[in-house]
Amino acid sequence: MYIIFVLIAVSVLVAAGFLAAFLWAVRSGQYDDDYTPAVRMLFENEFNGVPKTEKPGQKQS
Amino acid sequence: MEAALQTNIQNCYHCGDSCGDEPIVAHEKAFCCDGCKAVYELLEENNLCTYYNLEESPGLTGKKPVSDARFAYLDDPGVEAQLINFRSDKICKLTFYIPQMHCSSCIWLLENLFKLNPGIAETTVNFMRKEVALTYFHEKTSLREVVELLTRIGYEPAITLADTDGKKTTTKSRTIIYKLGIAGFAFGNVMLLAFPDYLDFTQGLQHSFGSFFGYLSILLSIPVFFYSARGFFTSAWEGIKQRMVNIDLPISTGLLALFFVSLFDILTGHGPGYLDSFTGLVFFMLIGKYFQQRTYDTLSFDRDYTSYFPVSITVLKENGEESSTAVRNLQVGDRIRIRNQELIPADAILLHGRAMIDYSFVSGESEPVEKVVGEVIYAGGRQVGESIELEVVKEVSQGYLTQLWNDTVFSKNEEQYLHTYSNIAGKYFIIVTLMVAAGALVYWVPRDMDIAMKAFTSVLIIACPCALSLATPFVHGHTMRVFGRNKFYLKNTGVVERLAKIDTVVFDKTGTLTEPSEAEVTYTGKTLSEPQQQAILSVLRHSTHPLSQRISESIQGSTAPVTGFQEYTGKGLVGEVNGMLVRVGSAAYLGVPADKQKDTLKTTVYVSVDGVVLGYYTFFNVYRNGLSSVLGDLKEKKIAVLSGDNDHEEARLRELLGNEAELNFNQSPVQKLEYIQKLKEQDHRQVLMVGDGLNDAGALKQSDAGIALSNSVTNFSPSCDAILDAESFDKLSLFLKFSKKTMTLILLTFAVSLVYNVVGLTMAVMGLFTPIVSAILMPISTLSVMTFATLSVKYAAKKAGL
Repeated sequence: MYIIFVLIAVSVLVAAGFLAAFLWAVRSGQYDDDYTPAVRMLFENEFNGVPKTEKPGQKQS
Repeated sequence: MEAALQTNIQNCYHCGDSCGDEPIVAHEKAFCCDGCKAVYELLEENNLCTYYNLEESPGLTGKKPVSDARFAYLDDPGVEAQLINFRSDKICKLTFYIPQMHCSSCIWLLENLFKLNPGIAETTVNFMRKEVALTYFHEKTSLREVVELLTRIGYEPAITLADTDGKKTTTKSRTIIYKLGIAGFAFGNVMLLAFPDYLDFTQGLQHSFGSFFGYLSILLSIPVFFYSARGFFTSAWEGIKQRMVNIDLPISTGLLALFFVSLFDILTGHGPGYLDSFTGLVFFMLIGKYFQQRTYDTLSFDRDYTSYFPVSITVLKENGEESSTAVRNLQVGDRIRIRNQELIPADAILLHGRAMIDYSFVSGESEPVEKVVGEVIYAGGRQVGESIELEVVKEVSQGYLTQLWNDTVFSKNEEQYLHTYSNIAGKYFIIVTLMVAAGALVYWVPRDMDIAMKAFTSVLIIACPCALSLATPFVHGHTMRVFGRNKFYLKNTGVVERLAKIDTVVFDKTGTLTEPSEAEVTYTGKTLSEPQQQAILSVLRHSTHPLSQRISESIQGSTAPVTGFQEYTGKGLVGEVNGMLVRVGSAAYLGVPADKQKDTLKTTVYVSVDGVVLGYYTFFNVYRNGLSSVLGDLKEKKIAVLSGDNDHEEARLRELLGNEAELNFNQSPVQKLEYIQKLKEQDHRQVLMVGDGLNDAGALKQSDAGIALSNSVTNFSPSCDAILDAESFDKLSLFLKFSKKTMTLILLTFAVSLVYNVVGLTMAVMGLFTPIVSAILMPISTLSVMTFATLSVKYAAKKAGL
């Protein structure tokens, strides 16, 4: 049954990984604007032949 | 849409406005003006026509003339440094606020700005905030060029005095999201670890791993206790320091009890503790807080005159040279030049030119005021017409209008509304809880020490009014959303509660009760024949005077060529049409004797043809749609009107408002503020102020709830608690009624959570409080309160027709 220690440790680590990812996402500004990226995403499809320019959620100084 | 209705009139390809009789046709497309055409050509040249494919006629009208010198101040390194957020040796970053942004085409064009100016490296739009974050190479282009480009394509950034006030605190607080993330993470994991406690067949597991699970739970809960839940503790402590009990005090007591009892249980091996409940409650309550915090990013509720005033102004040097100076550095004695549509930033004396000052937004006078040389012009007015020269007599911050902001109301902290429902409830709650806890202690101590401790702590834990504290944010949060859907935007959820208590409604007149852009023009006198009307219209069309334009808008028909047109400043016009000599102007200009003039308070314009005075035009205010129904619904409240205008509309207002209403005319901004103060302090009224202009700012701030009415919510509106879109003005009484209803809903939600608390308390006092009961009761009570609050508001809104 001692495998449970390992299992729990792994599960908590995985969860912590997701928490870290979440915190990173918040930090990089992905939660600041939840409207424009959704619109912006549609432009690039419609606009062939021109290189992509922006990435959503760029760091704001 | 409009195109379908008017088949023969073409709409501008760029901005969608009607092109009138003679559209400008270019590239097989019709434009309403050269401005629009120029923008289209610029975009076409740069292969940016996708702009027109995304939305129909997305552009902004190019009719407004732009003078080149307007942005000269941006070349000033001092101004530039204040606007720029970041500067390296290659690039500059800054953020512009662009209120005109309105559709996805706008986003697209603004993000492709680099194609129009290669010096721009990158632009990122935040549509909700109507902001553009811009990066440019300062070697290749300048701030001025960037702003001029934006202005040319119709997106003039709003650069105001407030922007140079030092760095704005635009960085949105992300703390609540961090807190929420951490609490959620801990909640999920602790719940998993606590799971074996609740089930019989996992008891074995609990025996062998109980302490390991316990310690791990403590480890996970520590960040929740110290970070996520900190807000509740600090708020409770602040309350205690001010000898006030707020809702956070019983919450903190409950959370502390929960945490430390669990800690004690686990460390001494007594049991598994209640850390799952602890983390869960913090998580749910943070959701409530998050809900409460979400407001409208685009709208700014804390603006003062600085966000209305320009950054710089043209100053005339002694040798007649013009130069741009920051408004902040303007000194008494400076000579300034104000062009058409520019704002006068400081109280000044008119030196040169014909001043027609539009004060409608400032003092509530509905018509532009004509000023003659030597008169003092107060700050905040907008010049209409030719450019004028003025001499500054007072510094910007000491002006007639801006002095309003030196009043103490503006320095007072917002935290004067502690007497909210939940805080009052919280007070009784903690008294009752402590009494019950003490009672349980007294009862059990002589009988069983162990149960006594358990009962005491259980009471504190179960009585934690978390459900109670969730009721208010959820009900108010949803109410705010319902209002937002109806174009009534609240600054925060606390406003709902204040709106519910209102018993006095004070209106500003001009711009609030009346439609600012419209005036009813009536003609009194001899009936005009068709050729006469045409002649008058033709003459009026030649004048840029606002009154001429108002009258000409009211006359239908075509125009004829005018010869010998002359305009006499401050008097009137003369011109010959088809052999008729038409004169339009003031009574004195046409030689109407003073005793024959009627309605001297009203603005009147006389007309004569071939020397015979035919009659005169009078201007009436146009009252907003639905005004009478709104006023009818507000019958049981005290109603008052504060107007900066003179009393020529008194009779009409009386008719609308009834005999009990108080009407006050010729009110200065400070008088308005004092009037509200008097109502609040002497009559102990809960006052709602509805206003629209800068002159109402003091009254809006002083009142219990200040609503700023605006035709375009993203435009400037004075500091207030709520912004109401003018379209929804007719729903004002509905909003007030609905906020009252939400208070009943909160009480109902309280009742629901109270039932849980009573059940829980009874069990706790009897010493029956076991982990399994807590595990079931806690989340159920929390969730049911959240659901109840959400659904009840939705239902009520539907019923109320919002």
